[in-house]
Amino acid sequence: MLFEKKHEMIRKLAKEFAENEIEPVAIDADETGEYPKELWDAVARYGFTGITIPKEYGGMGGDYKSLVIAMEEFASKDVSAGSFLMSNSLSGAPYLYYGNEEQKQKYLTPLAQGKTIASFGLTEPGAGCDAGSVSTTAVEDGDYYILNGRKTFITMAPKCDYAVIFAKTDMKAGTRGITAFIVESKWEGFSTGKPESKMGIHASVTSDIILENVRVPKENILGKVGKGFNIAMSILDAGRVTVAAQSLGAAKGALDCAISYSKERIQFGRPIANFQNTQFAIADMGAKVEAARQLVYSAADKLDNHQPVTTEAAIAKYYASEVANEVAYKSLQIHGGYGYMKEYAIERIYRDARILPIYEGTSEIQKLVISRGLMAD
Amino acid sequence: MNILVCAKQVPNTKNVTTDPETGRINREGVESILNPDDANALEAALQIKDKDPENVKVTVISMGPDQAKDMLIECLAMGADDAILLSDRKFGGSDTWATSNAIAAGMAKFNKERGGFDLILGGRQAIDGDTAQVGPQIAEKLGVPQVTYAQKIDIDGKKITVDRQLEDGYETIEINMPCMITCVKELNTPRYMNVGRIYDAYEQPERIVTWGFDDVDIAEDETGLKPSPTNVFTSFAPAPKGAGRKLEGTDQEMVTELMKELQEKHYI
Repeated sequence: MLFEKKHEMIRKLAKEFAENEIEPVAIDADETGEYPKELWDAVARYGFTGITIPKEYGGMGGDYKSLVIAMEEFASKDVSAGSFLMSNSLSGAPYLYYGNEEQKQKYLTPLAQGKTIASFGLTEPGAGCDAGSVSTTAVEDGDYYILNGRKTFITMAPKCDYAVIFAKTDMKAGTRGITAFIVESKWEGFSTGKPESKMGIHASVTSDIILENVRVPKENILGKVGKGFNIAMSILDAGRVTVAAQSLGAAKGALDCAISYSKERIQFGRPIANFQNTQFAIADMGAKVEAARQLVYSAADKLDNHQPVTTEAAIAKYYASEVANEVAYKSLQIHGGYGYMKEYAIERIYRDARILPIYEGTSEIQKLVISRGLMAD
Repeated sequence: MNILVCAKQVPNTKNVTTDPETGRINREGVESILNPDDANALEAALQIKDKDPENVKVTVISMGPDQAKDMLIECLAMGADDAILLSDRKFGGSDTWATSNAIAAGMAKFNKERGGFDLILGGRQAIDGDTAQVGPQIAEKLGVPQVTYAQKIDIDGKKITVDRQLEDGYETIEINMPCMITCVKELNTPRYMNVGRIYDAYEQPERIVTWGFDDVDIAEDETGLKPSPTNVFTSFAPAPKGAGRKLEGTDQEMVTELMKELQEKHYI
C-alpha cells in the first residue's frame, strides 16, 4: 500500500473542507472570477498552502502523496480550487529547490503560510510548448539585471506578490542562455495585463505580466545564470503530477455528478440509473477514473522517494487530463439538457476540464516526453 | 489551566441502518466518527486555549476499544495537547453508570498525577446512545458542580458564566472552577483538523496514553457488563410511517380541509 494512516486522515480533512467550504462558493467564484478572501485565509490556516514545504520554511513538512490527495478532493468540488495548492508545486518549488537560504526565508516562508501569492512566468506569446524560445531579455547593469518582455497566460499574475521570470541573459546561447529571476510585483516597471476572459477555471485568475526596464538585483537570480531552462523543466515534473491530481479530481467530480443525477432522474417511469446504457457508461467512467488515480498516486510516490519521474509524470498528466474530459463529456450527456444549464455543477466541470490537457504541457508535449522516455536507450 | 474533554467514538448514524428482523444496528462498513457534541466541547476548550496557548492544556479522555485512537488522533489534529484512552476488556459492555465510574476513576488518576483539572467539558450526549447521562454522572462521582446543555460559555478568572439551553429559551448560571460543563451544538462550530497537526499526531504516538483496569482505582463490581444495572431486553426500529399529505391553499382553506378530514376519520 502506498498510503499510511496519516494520508487517510489528510483525505478526511481535505474532503470535509472541500465539501463545506469550497463547494458552496464554487458557483459564485465561477461568476465573479475570484474566491472570497476568507476562504484563502482558511486554506492557509489549516495548512494546505504549505503541505509539501519543510517546517523550517513555514510549511507542514508533508509529502506529495498528501498533496495529490488534497488536490483530488479540492478539484472534485471545484477544478479552480487547484490554485489554492499552487504554492506546493509550480509557484513554490522554484524557491524550495533552487533558492538560497535568504531567498527561501524571504519568499518561500510567507508563501507556505499563505501570506503571499507567487506566479511562475515562463510562457510568452511566442513561447508556449517551445519554452526554449523565450524572448524576454535580462541585460546586466552593475549589481542589477534590466528585464524587458512580456509573459502570457500566467496563473494568478494579477494577484501575485512576486514571480519567477525566465529571461534570456545570453541571446546566442539558446536554452543555455535562459536565467531565472525572482521579480517582485511592486517593483517599478512590473505590471499585469487585463485578466483573461477564459472558457473555464474562472476563479483561477490569469493575465500577462509586462516587464518594462525592471531593475532586478543580482541577489534575486534563482539558481545560476544560464540554468533557467533546467530549473523550469525540473519544476514541471512535480507540477505535472499536481495537474494530474487536479485532473483526477475533475474526473471524480464529474463521475459523482453522473451517479447522483442518474439515481434521481426519472424517465420512462424509472430512474435512468436502472438502464443498462447508464450503468455501462458509469462503469466505463469508473474504470478510467480508477486507472488515472493509480497513475497519479504512483507518480506521487515516486516523487516522495526521489525516483526519476519524468516519464511517469507525463503519463499520469496525459492520461488523467484526457480522462477528465471524457468523463465530463459522458457525465454531461447523462444529465441531458439539464447538464447544459449552469445550475448543474457538470456544466462548470465540463468547461473547467478543457484546460487540463493544455496547461503545464499539452497532451502532445506529454506524448513527446513519454515516447522519449520509452525509447531512450 | 488544565481542561479535560470527554470524547467518544461513535458510528456515523447518518449512514446507519437497522436490521428490521433483529433490531440490531448494521455496523458493517459504517465509519466511526468523533461524537458531534463532543467536537463542540473540544472546540470550546480550544477556544480557551487560543487565548492563552502557553498556559492552557487540553487533554482529551475517552473510553473504548483500541480503534478509538483514530478518533483521539483527530482530536490532537484539531489542537488538543494529549489524550488518554481508557481501554480494557473489563470495561467492555458498561452502561452509563459503569462507564462514568471508569472515566471518573481515570480523571481522579489524572488529578493525582498530572495536576488538578480546572474544567471538564463534554458533549451533551452521544449520538449512538442518546442518554446524556455520562457527563452528569462523572460530575457527581468527582463531586464537582455541573452545568448541562451549555450554549454559551464566558470565562472570567475562576468564574464561568454559562447560558444553559432550555426548550424555549435559556438560563444564565454562574459557576466556579473546577466544574463540569456539557455542551450543545449551538455553542460553536468545531474547527477542522490541521495538516501539520495530523503529521505531528502520527509522529508523536506517546501523546496518547492507554490506561487499563489495573491503572486506575476502580473495583471489579464498578465497571463492565456484569455490574451494569441497565439491561437491554430488546431493541427495535420504529415501524416506518406512511407518507404524509400536505395541505395547500389559504389558512382558512387548509383548516377547513383538515377539520373535514379529521371528522371523516372520526378523530374528532
